[in-house]
Amino acid sequence: MIVGASVAGLTAAVTLRGKGYDGRLTLIGDEPHTPYNRPPLSKQILAGTWEPDRIKLRTNEELSALDARLLFGRSATGLDTGARRVVLDGGDSVSYDTLVIATGVTPNSLPGAHHLAGVHLLRTLDDALALRADLRREPGVKVAVVGAGFLGSEAAAAARRMRLDVTMIDPRPVPMRRQFGDRIAGLVGRLHKKNGVSMRCGTGVRRFFESRGRVTGLELTDGTLLDADVVVVAIGAAPAVGWLAGSGLELGNGVECDPTCRAAPGVYAAGDVASWHNNHFGCRMRLEHRLNATEQARAVAHNVLGENEPFAPVPYFWTDQYDAHIQAYGIFPADAELAVLHGELEGGHFVVAYGHRGRVVGVLGWNSPCELRKLRQLVVDRAPWAAILPAPRAVWPGRHLSASLR
Amino acid sequence: MQVTLHQDKCVASGQCVLAAQEVFDQRNEDGVAVLLDDRPPAELHEDVRHAAAVCPALAIALADS
Ligand SMILES: Cc1cc2nc3c(=O)[nH]c(=O)nc-3n(C[C@H](O)[C@H](O)[C@H](O)COP(=O)(O)OP(=O)(O)OC[C@H]3O[C@@H](n4cnc5c(N)ncnc54)[C@H](O)[C@@H]3O)c2cc1C
Ligand code: SF4
Repeated sequence: MIVGASVAGLTAAVTLRGKGYDGRLTLIGDEPHTPYNRPPLSKQILAGTWEPDRIKLRTNEELSALDARLLFGRSATGLDTGARRVVLDGGDSVSYDTLVIATGVTPNSLPGAHHLAGVHLLRTLDDALALRADLRREPGVKVAVVGAGFLGSEAAAAARRMRLDVTMIDPRPVPMRRQFGDRIAGLVGRLHKKNGVSMRCGTGVRRFFESRGRVTGLELTDGTLLDADVVVVAIGAAPAVGWLAGSGLELGNGVECDPTCRAAPGVYAAGDVASWHNNHFGCRMRLEHRLNATEQARAVAHNVLGENEPFAPVPYFWTDQYDAHIQAYGIFPADAELAVLHGELEGGHFVVAYGHRGRVVGVLGWNSPCELRKLRQLVVDRAPWAAILPAPRAVWPGRHLSASLR
Repeated sequence: MQVTLHQDKCVASGQCVLAAQEVFDQRNEDGVAVLLDDRPPAELHEDVRHAAAVCPALAIALADS
Protein backbone atom coordinates (compact mmCIF):
# COMPACT_ATOMS: atom_id res chain seq x y z
CA MET A 1 0.00 0.00 0.00
CA ILE A 2 1.17 3.49 -0.85
CA VAL A 3 -0.08 6.62 0.93
CA GLY A 4 0.40 9.91 -0.95
CA ALA A 5 -0.45 9.93 -4.65
CA SER A 6 1.94 12.43 -6.13
CA VAL A 7 5.36 12.04 -7.73
CA ALA A 8 6.87 9.77 -5.10
CA GLY A 9 3.78 7.61 -4.50
CA LEU A 10 2.98 7.15 -8.17
CA THR A 11 6.62 6.44 -9.07
CA ALA A 12 6.77 3.76 -6.39
CA ALA A 13 3.65 2.13 -7.87
CA VAL A 14 4.89 2.34 -11.45
CA THR A 15 8.31 0.96 -10.51
CA LEU A 16 6.83 -1.94 -8.53
CA ARG A 17 4.74 -2.95 -11.54
CA GLY A 18 7.66 -2.36 -13.90
CA LYS A 19 9.80 -4.71 -11.81
CA GLY A 20 7.19 -7.43 -12.15
CA TYR A 21 5.29 -7.11 -8.87
CA ASP A 22 1.84 -8.49 -9.69
CA GLY A 23 0.27 -8.61 -6.23
CA ARG A 24 -2.30 -6.24 -4.79
CA LEU A 25 -1.49 -2.54 -4.93
CA THR A 26 -3.43 0.34 -3.30
CA LEU A 27 -2.62 4.02 -3.87
CA ILE A 28 -4.28 6.52 -1.54
CA GLY A 29 -4.15 10.29 -2.06
CA ASP A 30 -6.17 13.10 -0.53
CA GLU A 31 -6.19 15.41 -3.56
CA PRO A 32 -9.20 15.20 -5.84
CA HIS A 33 -7.05 15.28 -9.00
CA THR A 34 -5.15 12.50 -10.65
CA PRO A 35 -1.41 12.88 -9.91
CA TYR A 36 0.32 15.91 -11.41
CA ASN A 37 3.73 17.51 -11.55
CA ARG A 38 4.27 20.41 -9.13
CA PRO A 39 7.22 22.42 -10.52
CA PRO A 40 5.19 23.98 -13.38
CA LEU A 41 2.62 25.29 -10.84
CA SER A 42 4.81 28.26 -9.89
CA LYS A 43 6.08 28.67 -13.45
CA GLN A 44 3.91 27.93 -16.53
CA ILE A 45 0.60 27.37 -14.69
CA LEU A 46 0.88 30.58 -12.68
CA ALA A 47 2.02 32.52 -15.73
CA GLY A 48 -0.95 31.12 -17.65
CA THR A 49 1.12 29.65 -20.50
CA TRP A 50 0.09 26.05 -19.65
CA GLU A 51 -3.26 24.59 -18.71
CA PRO A 52 -3.56 21.88 -16.03
CA ASP A 53 -3.90 19.08 -18.60
CA ARG A 54 -0.24 19.44 -19.49
CA ILE A 55 1.07 18.57 -16.05
CA LYS A 56 -0.65 15.23 -15.53
CA LEU A 57 1.90 12.63 -14.50
CA ARG A 58 -0.04 9.85 -16.23
CA THR A 59 -3.04 9.64 -18.55
CA ASN A 60 -6.17 7.94 -17.24
CA GLU A 61 -5.42 4.94 -19.46
CA GLU A 62 -1.92 4.64 -18.00
CA LEU A 63 -3.38 4.83 -14.50
CA SER A 64 -5.85 2.03 -15.19
CA ALA A 65 -3.07 -0.04 -16.74
CA LEU A 66 -1.38 0.02 -13.32
CA ASP A 67 -4.04 -2.41 -12.15
CA ALA A 68 -4.09 -0.79 -8.71
CA ARG A 69 -6.84 0.24 -6.35
CA LEU A 70 -6.79 4.04 -6.65
CA LEU A 71 -8.35 5.88 -3.74
CA PHE A 72 -8.12 9.55 -4.72
CA GLY A 73 -9.81 12.17 -2.58
CA ARG A 74 -9.33 10.01 0.54
CA SER A 75 -6.89 10.73 3.33
CA ALA A 76 -5.11 8.45 5.72
CA THR A 77 -5.73 9.48 9.32
CA GLY A 78 -3.90 6.85 11.31
CA LEU A 79 -1.42 3.99 11.18
CA ASP A 80 -1.23 0.85 13.30
CA THR A 81 2.14 -0.71 12.54
CA GLY A 82 1.45 -3.70 14.83
CA ALA A 83 -1.73 -4.73 13.06
CA ARG A 84 -0.39 -3.41 9.74
CA ARG A 85 -3.46 -1.28 9.05
CA VAL A 86 -3.94 2.24 7.71
CA VAL A 87 -7.03 4.10 8.97
CA LEU A 88 -8.87 6.25 6.42
CA ASP A 89 -10.91 9.43 6.83
CA GLY A 90 -14.21 7.55 6.81
CA GLY A 91 -13.06 5.52 9.83
CA ASP A 92 -12.60 2.35 7.75
CA SER A 93 -9.15 0.81 7.59
CA VAL A 94 -7.12 -1.10 5.04
CA SER A 95 -4.52 -3.77 5.81
CA TYR A 96 -1.10 -3.97 4.18
CA ASP A 97 1.97 -6.17 4.01
CA THR A 98 4.28 -3.36 3.03
CA LEU A 99 3.57 0.36 3.37
CA VAL A 100 5.22 3.20 1.45
CA ILE A 101 4.73 6.64 3.03
CA ALA A 102 4.84 9.41 0.40
CA THR A 103 2.72 12.18 1.91
CA GLY A 104 5.13 15.02 1.09
CA VAL A 105 5.01 18.32 2.95
CA THR A 106 2.39 20.87 3.98
CA PRO A 107 3.19 24.57 3.53
CA ASN A 108 3.64 26.62 6.69
CA SER A 109 1.05 29.31 7.25
CA LEU A 110 1.25 32.75 8.87
CA PRO A 111 -0.80 33.25 12.01
CA GLY A 112 -3.78 35.53 11.58
CA ALA A 113 -3.72 35.73 7.79
CA HIS A 114 -5.28 32.79 6.03
CA HIS A 115 -8.93 33.51 6.82
CA LEU A 116 -8.61 36.59 4.56
CA ALA A 117 -9.48 36.48 0.88
CA GLY A 118 -6.44 37.35 -1.21
CA VAL A 119 -3.96 35.48 1.00
CA HIS A 120 -2.56 32.41 -0.75
CA LEU A 121 -0.36 29.38 -0.18
CA LEU A 122 1.21 27.64 -3.17
CA ARG A 123 1.50 23.86 -3.05
CA THR A 124 -1.37 22.29 -4.98
CA LEU A 125 -2.92 22.72 -8.40
CA ASP A 126 -5.98 24.28 -6.75
CA ASP A 127 -3.70 26.75 -4.91
CA ALA A 128 -2.00 27.72 -8.18
CA LEU A 129 -5.27 28.21 -10.08
CA ALA A 130 -6.78 30.28 -7.25
CA LEU A 131 -3.68 32.48 -7.10
CA ARG A 132 -3.60 32.85 -10.87
CA ALA A 133 -7.25 33.97 -10.92
CA ASP A 134 -6.60 36.46 -8.12
CA LEU A 135 -3.58 37.96 -9.90
CA ARG A 136 -5.79 38.58 -12.91
CA ARG A 137 -8.90 39.81 -11.13
CA GLU A 138 -8.26 43.42 -12.08
CA PRO A 139 -5.45 45.36 -13.74
CA GLY A 140 -2.83 46.83 -11.44
CA VAL A 141 -3.18 44.34 -8.61
CA LYS A 142 -0.54 44.89 -5.91
CA VAL A 143 1.23 41.73 -4.79
CA ALA A 144 3.19 41.02 -1.61
CA VAL A 145 5.26 37.84 -1.49
CA VAL A 146 6.17 36.76 2.02
CA GLY A 147 9.20 34.45 2.01
CA ALA A 148 12.12 34.74 -0.39
CA GLY A 149 12.97 31.08 -0.87
CA PHE A 150 12.84 29.54 -4.34
CA LEU A 151 9.03 29.26 -4.30
CA GLY A 152 8.45 32.89 -3.30
CA SER A 153 11.08 33.94 -5.83
CA GLU A 154 9.34 32.06 -8.64
CA ALA A 155 5.95 33.48 -7.66
CA ALA A 156 7.40 37.00 -7.66
CA ALA A 157 8.91 36.40 -11.10
CA ALA A 158 5.58 35.14 -12.48
CA ALA A 159 3.74 38.19 -11.09
CA ARG A 160 6.32 40.55 -12.58
CA ARG A 161 5.87 38.84 -15.93
CA MET A 162 2.23 39.94 -15.66
CA ARG A 163 3.63 43.45 -15.03
CA LEU A 164 2.14 43.59 -11.55
CA ASP A 165 3.55 45.64 -8.72
CA VAL A 166 5.47 43.14 -6.49
CA THR A 167 7.08 43.50 -3.06
CA MET A 168 9.08 40.67 -1.55
CA ILE A 169 9.40 40.38 2.22
CA ASP A 170 11.74 38.13 4.21
CA PRO A 171 13.39 38.40 7.60
CA ARG A 172 16.64 37.20 6.03
CA PRO A 173 18.83 39.79 4.28
CA VAL A 174 18.81 38.19 0.78
CA PRO A 175 16.62 35.68 -1.13
CA MET A 176 17.40 31.93 -1.17
CA ARG A 177 20.12 32.46 1.42
CA ARG A 178 19.30 29.32 3.39
CA GLN A 179 19.73 27.15 0.29
CA PHE A 180 22.88 28.49 -1.33
CA GLY A 181 24.53 31.06 0.92
CA ASP A 182 25.08 34.80 0.71
CA ARG A 183 26.94 35.16 -2.54
CA ILE A 184 24.43 33.35 -4.76
CA ALA A 185 21.56 34.81 -2.73
CA GLY A 186 22.94 38.29 -3.41
CA LEU A 187 22.80 37.60 -7.14
CA VAL A 188 19.18 36.42 -6.88
CA GLY A 189 18.34 39.59 -4.94
CA ARG A 190 19.89 41.72 -7.66
CA LEU A 191 17.98 39.77 -10.31
CA HIS A 192 14.68 40.58 -8.59
CA LYS A 193 15.60 44.25 -8.28
CA LYS A 194 16.63 44.42 -11.92
CA ASN A 195 13.24 42.98 -12.83
CA GLY A 196 11.39 45.60 -10.83
CA VAL A 197 10.57 43.81 -7.56
CA SER A 198 10.65 46.00 -4.48
CA MET A 199 12.80 44.07 -1.97
CA ARG A 200 12.05 44.28 1.75
CA CYS A 201 14.54 41.77 3.03
CA GLY A 202 15.63 41.86 6.64
CA THR A 203 12.10 42.52 7.87
CA GLY A 204 9.04 40.44 8.75
CA VAL A 205 5.29 40.94 8.77
CA ARG A 206 3.70 42.41 11.91
CA ARG A 207 0.04 42.37 10.89
CA PHE A 208 -2.44 42.38 8.03
CA PHE A 209 -5.09 44.96 7.19
CA GLU A 210 -8.43 43.96 5.76
CA SER A 211 -11.65 45.32 4.45
CA ARG A 212 -14.76 43.12 4.44
CA GLY A 213 -12.77 39.93 4.77
CA ARG A 214 -10.29 40.75 2.04
CA VAL A 215 -6.64 41.68 2.60
CA THR A 216 -5.79 45.29 1.77
CA GLY A 217 -2.27 45.66 3.10
CA LEU A 218 0.28 44.80 5.73
CA GLU A 219 2.54 46.33 8.30
CA LEU A 220 6.15 45.18 8.46
CA THR A 221 8.15 44.74 11.64
CA ASP A 222 10.15 47.88 10.78
CA GLY A 223 6.90 49.88 10.76
CA THR A 224 6.53 50.16 6.97
CA LEU A 225 2.94 50.07 5.67
CA LEU A 226 2.29 48.39 2.32
CA ASP A 227 -0.82 48.16 0.16
CA ALA A 228 -1.49 44.62 -1.07
CA ASP A 229 -4.46 43.05 -2.86
CA VAL A 230 -2.82 39.64 -3.10
CA VAL A 231 -0.41 38.08 -0.59
CA VAL A 232 1.57 34.92 -1.38
CA VAL A 233 2.84 33.17 1.73
CA ALA A 234 5.85 30.99 0.90
CA ILE A 235 7.63 30.48 4.20
CA GLY A 236 8.64 26.84 3.91
CA ALA A 237 6.84 23.61 4.57
CA ALA A 238 6.69 20.84 7.15
CA PRO A 239 6.54 17.07 6.56
CA ALA A 240 2.93 15.80 6.39
CA VAL A 241 3.23 13.36 9.30
CA GLY A 242 0.25 14.38 11.44
CA TRP A 243 -1.54 11.14 10.53
CA LEU A 244 1.42 9.12 11.87
CA ALA A 245 1.18 10.40 15.45
CA GLY A 246 1.13 7.48 17.85
CA SER A 247 2.23 5.00 15.18
CA GLY A 248 5.55 4.39 16.90
CA LEU A 249 7.52 5.58 13.85
CA GLU A 250 10.40 7.97 14.53
CA LEU A 251 9.14 11.40 13.46
CA GLY A 252 11.90 13.95 13.73
CA ASN A 253 12.32 16.10 10.68
CA GLY A 254 10.01 13.86 8.64
CA VAL A 255 9.73 10.05 8.76
CA GLU A 256 13.16 8.91 9.91
CA CYS A 257 14.52 6.02 7.89
CA ASP A 258 17.69 3.99 7.67
CA PRO A 259 20.01 4.24 4.63
CA THR A 260 17.68 1.94 2.65
CA CYS A 261 14.70 4.29 3.33
CA ARG A 262 13.09 1.79 5.69
CA ALA A 263 11.36 3.31 8.73
CA ALA A 264 10.22 0.09 10.48
CA PRO A 265 9.63 -3.54 9.47
CA GLY A 266 7.44 -3.37 6.36
CA VAL A 267 7.36 0.46 6.31
CA TYR A 268 9.30 2.68 3.89
CA ALA A 269 9.21 6.39 3.08
CA ALA A 270 10.06 8.37 -0.07
CA GLY A 271 10.03 11.94 -1.32
CA ASP A 272 9.67 15.21 0.60
CA VAL A 273 8.39 13.46 3.73
CA ALA A 274 11.36 11.09 4.13
CA SER A 275 14.48 11.70 6.16
CA TRP A 276 17.23 9.16 5.68
CA HIS A 277 20.95 8.68 6.12
CA ASN A 278 22.67 9.39 2.79
CA ASN A 279 25.89 7.35 2.91
CA HIS A 280 27.46 9.33 0.07
CA PHE A 281 27.62 12.45 2.24
CA GLY A 282 27.69 10.62 5.57
CA CYS A 283 24.76 12.56 6.98
CA ARG A 284 20.99 12.47 7.44
CA MET A 285 18.97 14.54 4.97
CA ARG A 286 15.44 15.32 3.89
CA LEU A 287 15.04 16.93 0.48
CA GLU A 288 12.18 18.84 -1.09
CA HIS A 289 13.38 18.29 -4.64
CA ARG A 290 11.46 16.99 -7.58
CA LEU A 291 14.10 14.57 -8.89
CA ASN A 292 14.70 13.14 -5.45
CA ALA A 293 11.04 12.18 -5.14
CA THR A 294 11.42 10.06 -8.30
CA GLU A 295 14.80 8.57 -7.46
CA GLN A 296 13.94 7.78 -3.87
CA ALA A 297 10.61 6.19 -4.80
CA ARG A 298 12.40 4.01 -7.36
CA ALA A 299 14.95 2.98 -4.75
CA VAL A 300 12.18 2.20 -2.26
CA ALA A 301 10.31 0.07 -4.81
CA HIS A 302 13.49 -1.93 -5.45
CA ASN A 303 14.08 -2.34 -1.71
CA VAL A 304 10.48 -3.39 -1.09
CA LEU A 305 11.14 -6.18 -3.58
CA GLY A 306 14.18 -7.28 -1.61
CA GLU A 307 17.20 -5.46 -3.03
CA ASN A 308 18.02 -3.69 0.25
CA GLU A 309 20.45 -1.24 -1.31
CA PRO A 310 21.35 1.98 0.49
CA PHE A 311 19.95 5.04 -1.30
CA ALA A 312 22.97 7.34 -1.68
CA PRO A 313 22.30 9.83 -4.47
CA VAL A 314 23.85 13.16 -5.36
CA PRO A 315 20.77 15.42 -5.00
CA TYR A 316 19.68 17.61 -7.91
CA PHE A 317 17.57 20.77 -7.77
CA TRP A 318 16.61 23.51 -10.21
CA THR A 319 14.67 26.75 -10.18
CA ASP A 320 13.70 29.18 -12.95
CA GLN A 321 13.32 32.89 -12.25
CA TYR A 322 13.07 35.45 -15.08
CA ASP A 323 15.87 34.53 -17.47
CA ALA A 324 17.94 32.70 -14.84
CA HIS A 325 18.00 28.92 -14.91
CA ILE A 326 19.68 27.87 -11.66
CA GLN A 327 20.61 24.22 -11.15
CA ALA A 328 22.53 22.50 -8.39
CA TYR A 329 23.96 19.09 -7.52
CA GLY A 330 24.97 18.04 -4.03
CA ILE A 331 24.71 19.76 -0.67
CA PHE A 332 25.50 23.34 0.32
CA PRO A 333 26.61 23.60 3.96
CA ALA A 334 26.56 27.10 5.44
CA ASP A 335 30.29 27.01 6.18
CA ALA A 336 31.40 25.67 2.77
CA GLU A 337 34.06 27.37 0.68
CA LEU A 338 33.10 28.61 -2.75
CA ALA A 339 35.13 28.55 -5.98
CA VAL A 340 34.17 29.64 -9.49
CA LEU A 341 34.91 26.86 -12.00
CA HIS A 342 33.36 28.30 -15.13
CA GLY A 343 32.31 31.79 -16.28
CA GLU A 344 32.05 34.80 -13.99
CA LEU A 345 29.59 35.53 -11.17
CA GLU A 346 28.82 38.89 -12.75
CA GLY A 347 28.53 37.51 -16.27
CA GLY A 348 25.17 35.73 -16.04
CA HIS A 349 26.71 32.32 -16.85
CA PHE A 350 28.81 30.44 -14.32
CA VAL A 351 29.38 27.28 -12.30
CA VAL A 352 30.61 27.41 -8.69
CA ALA A 353 31.80 24.54 -6.51
CA TYR A 354 31.16 24.22 -2.78
CA GLY A 355 33.98 22.73 -0.69
CA HIS A 356 33.46 21.28 2.76
CA ARG A 357 35.95 19.41 4.97
CA GLY A 358 38.39 19.17 2.10
CA ARG A 359 35.95 17.73 -0.46
CA VAL A 360 33.75 19.06 -3.25
CA VAL A 361 30.21 18.57 -1.90
CA GLY A 362 28.19 20.66 -4.35
CA VAL A 363 28.21 22.44 -7.70
CA LEU A 364 25.78 25.15 -8.74
CA GLY A 365 25.22 26.42 -12.27
CA TRP A 366 23.62 29.66 -13.40
CA ASN A 367 22.51 29.45 -17.05
CA SER A 368 25.20 26.81 -17.66
CA PRO A 369 23.42 23.43 -17.90
CA CYS A 370 25.96 21.62 -20.06
CA GLU A 371 29.01 22.74 -18.08
CA LEU A 372 27.24 21.93 -14.82
CA ARG A 373 26.38 18.41 -15.94
CA LYS A 374 30.02 17.75 -16.74
CA LEU A 375 31.21 19.15 -13.39
CA ARG A 376 28.70 17.04 -11.44
CA GLN A 377 31.26 14.25 -11.45
CA LEU A 378 33.34 16.22 -8.91
CA VAL A 379 30.52 15.71 -6.39
CA VAL A 380 30.05 12.06 -7.34
CA ASP A 381 33.79 11.52 -6.80
CA ARG A 382 33.89 13.70 -3.68
CA ALA A 383 36.94 15.24 -5.34
CA PRO A 384 39.55 16.68 -2.98
CA TRP A 385 39.05 20.44 -2.70
CA ALA A 386 42.79 21.02 -3.03
CA ALA A 387 42.78 19.28 -6.41
CA ILE A 388 40.39 21.79 -8.00
CA LEU A 389 41.98 24.81 -6.37
CA PRO A 390 44.65 25.57 -8.98
CA ALA A 391 41.98 25.71 -11.70
CA PRO A 392 39.20 28.02 -10.46
CA ARG A 393 38.92 31.60 -11.55
CA ALA A 394 38.08 32.93 -8.10
CA VAL A 395 37.93 31.46 -4.60
CA TRP A 396 36.35 32.67 -1.39
CA PRO A 397 37.15 31.29 2.03
CA GLY A 398 34.54 29.53 4.18
CA ARG A 399 31.59 31.16 5.86
CA HIS A 400 30.29 32.68 2.65
CA LEU A 401 27.06 33.02 4.62
CA SER A 402 28.53 35.76 6.73
CA ALA A 403 30.84 37.22 4.09
CA SER A 404 29.74 40.64 2.99
CA LEU A 405 28.60 40.98 -0.58
CA ARG A 406 30.48 43.14 -2.97
CA MET B 1 11.44 1.25 -29.47
CA GLN B 2 10.34 4.67 -30.69
CA VAL B 3 11.53 7.65 -28.63
CA THR B 4 9.75 11.02 -28.70
CA LEU B 5 11.18 14.09 -27.00
CA HIS B 6 8.95 17.04 -26.08
CA GLN B 7 11.44 19.89 -26.05
CA ASP B 8 8.80 22.41 -24.95
CA LYS B 9 8.48 20.57 -21.62
CA CYS B 10 12.21 19.96 -21.07
CA VAL B 11 13.77 21.76 -18.08
CA ALA B 12 17.37 21.12 -19.15
CA SER B 13 18.13 18.86 -16.19
CA GLY B 14 20.51 16.66 -18.17
CA GLN B 15 19.27 13.48 -16.48
CA CYS B 16 18.58 11.84 -19.85
CA VAL B 17 22.16 12.46 -20.95
CA LEU B 18 23.49 11.03 -17.70
CA ALA B 19 21.32 7.94 -18.25
CA ALA B 20 21.82 7.40 -21.99
CA GLN B 21 24.39 9.66 -23.64
CA GLU B 22 24.24 7.69 -26.90
CA VAL B 23 20.61 8.70 -27.32
CA PHE B 24 20.35 12.17 -25.74
CA ASP B 25 22.43 15.33 -25.76
CA GLN B 26 21.82 18.89 -24.59
CA ARG B 27 21.89 22.07 -26.68
CA ASN B 28 24.86 24.19 -25.72
CA GLU B 29 23.03 27.49 -25.46
CA ASP B 30 20.15 26.54 -23.14
CA GLY B 31 20.62 22.90 -22.17
CA VAL B 32 17.37 21.74 -23.79
CA ALA B 33 17.66 18.06 -24.67
CA VAL B 34 18.07 16.85 -28.24
CA LEU B 35 17.38 13.37 -29.49
CA LEU B 36 20.34 11.71 -31.20
CA ASP B 37 18.59 8.46 -32.04
CA ASP B 38 14.80 8.02 -32.05
CA ARG B 39 15.08 4.26 -32.64
CA PRO B 40 17.92 3.20 -30.37
CA PRO B 41 19.30 -0.35 -30.59
CA ALA B 42 18.07 -2.98 -28.12
CA GLU B 43 21.16 -2.84 -25.91
CA LEU B 44 20.32 0.79 -25.04
CA HIS B 45 16.63 0.23 -24.23
CA GLU B 46 17.21 -0.22 -20.52
CA ASP B 47 19.13 3.09 -20.31
CA VAL B 48 16.49 4.91 -22.35
CA ARG B 49 13.73 3.55 -20.10
CA HIS B 50 15.69 4.82 -17.14
CA ALA B 51 16.01 8.26 -18.78
CA ALA B 52 12.27 8.43 -19.44
CA ALA B 53 11.44 7.32 -15.89
CA VAL B 54 13.61 9.92 -14.16
CA CYS B 55 13.03 12.89 -16.49
CA PRO B 56 11.60 15.46 -14.03
CA ALA B 57 9.62 17.16 -16.80
CA LEU B 58 8.03 14.02 -18.30
CA ALA B 59 9.41 15.15 -21.64
CA ILE B 60 10.40 11.70 -22.94
CA ALA B 61 7.76 9.35 -24.35
CA LEU B 62 8.46 5.77 -25.39
CA ALA B 63 6.46 3.52 -27.65
CA ASP B 64 7.03 0.02 -28.94
CA SER B 65 7.86 -0.12 -32.61
C1 LIG C 1 4.94 25.17 -6.68
C2 LIG C 1 6.09 24.23 -6.55
C3 LIG C 1 7.18 24.35 -7.43
C4 LIG C 1 8.26 23.47 -7.33
N1 LIG C 1 9.31 23.63 -8.18
C5 LIG C 1 10.39 22.81 -8.06
C6 LIG C 1 11.51 22.97 -8.92
O1 LIG C 1 11.55 23.86 -9.77
N2 LIG C 1 12.55 22.12 -8.77
C7 LIG C 1 12.56 21.14 -7.84
O2 LIG C 1 13.54 20.39 -7.74
N3 LIG C 1 11.50 20.94 -7.01
C8 LIG C 1 10.43 21.77 -7.10
N4 LIG C 1 9.35 21.59 -6.26
C9 LIG C 1 9.38 20.49 -5.27
C10 LIG C 1 8.77 19.20 -5.83
O3 LIG C 1 7.57 19.46 -6.49
C11 LIG C 1 8.58 18.22 -4.69
O4 LIG C 1 9.85 17.85 -4.24
C12 LIG C 1 7.78 16.98 -5.08
O5 LIG C 1 6.48 17.31 -5.43
C13 LIG C 1 7.77 15.98 -3.94
O6 LIG C 1 6.95 14.90 -4.27
P1 LIG C 1 6.29 13.98 -3.14
O7 LIG C 1 5.51 12.97 -3.90
O8 LIG C 1 7.32 13.55 -2.18
O9 LIG C 1 5.35 14.94 -2.30
P2 LIG C 1 4.08 15.78 -2.74
O10 LIG C 1 4.21 16.19 -4.16
O11 LIG C 1 3.89 16.83 -1.70
O12 LIG C 1 2.88 14.75 -2.65
C14 LIG C 1 2.36 14.26 -1.46
C15 LIG C 1 0.91 13.89 -1.71
O13 LIG C 1 0.39 13.23 -0.58
C16 LIG C 1 -0.87 13.79 -0.24
N5 LIG C 1 -1.12 13.57 1.19
C17 LIG C 1 -0.57 14.21 2.25
N6 LIG C 1 -1.04 13.70 3.42
C18 LIG C 1 -1.90 12.70 3.08
C19 LIG C 1 -2.71 11.79 3.86
N7 LIG C 1 -2.69 11.80 5.19
N8 LIG C 1 -3.48 10.90 3.18
C20 LIG C 1 -3.48 10.87 1.80
N9 LIG C 1 -2.74 11.71 1.04
C21 LIG C 1 -1.96 12.61 1.68
C22 LIG C 1 -0.71 15.24 -0.62
O14 LIG C 1 -1.95 15.91 -0.76
C23 LIG C 1 0.04 15.12 -1.92
O15 LIG C 1 -0.83 14.92 -3.00
C24 LIG C 1 8.25 22.45 -6.34
C25 LIG C 1 7.17 22.35 -5.46
C26 LIG C 1 6.09 23.23 -5.56
C27 LIG C 1 4.94 23.11 -4.60
S1 SF4 D 1 15.84 14.54 -18.48
FE1 SF4 D 1 14.01 15.53 -19.31
S2 SF4 D 1 14.11 17.62 -18.55
FE2 SF4 D 1 16.13 16.75 -18.27
S3 SF4 D 1 17.26 17.36 -20.11
FE3 SF4 D 1 16.41 15.33 -20.51
S4 SF4 D 1 14.44 15.73 -21.47
FE4 SF4 D 1 15.08 17.64 -20.56
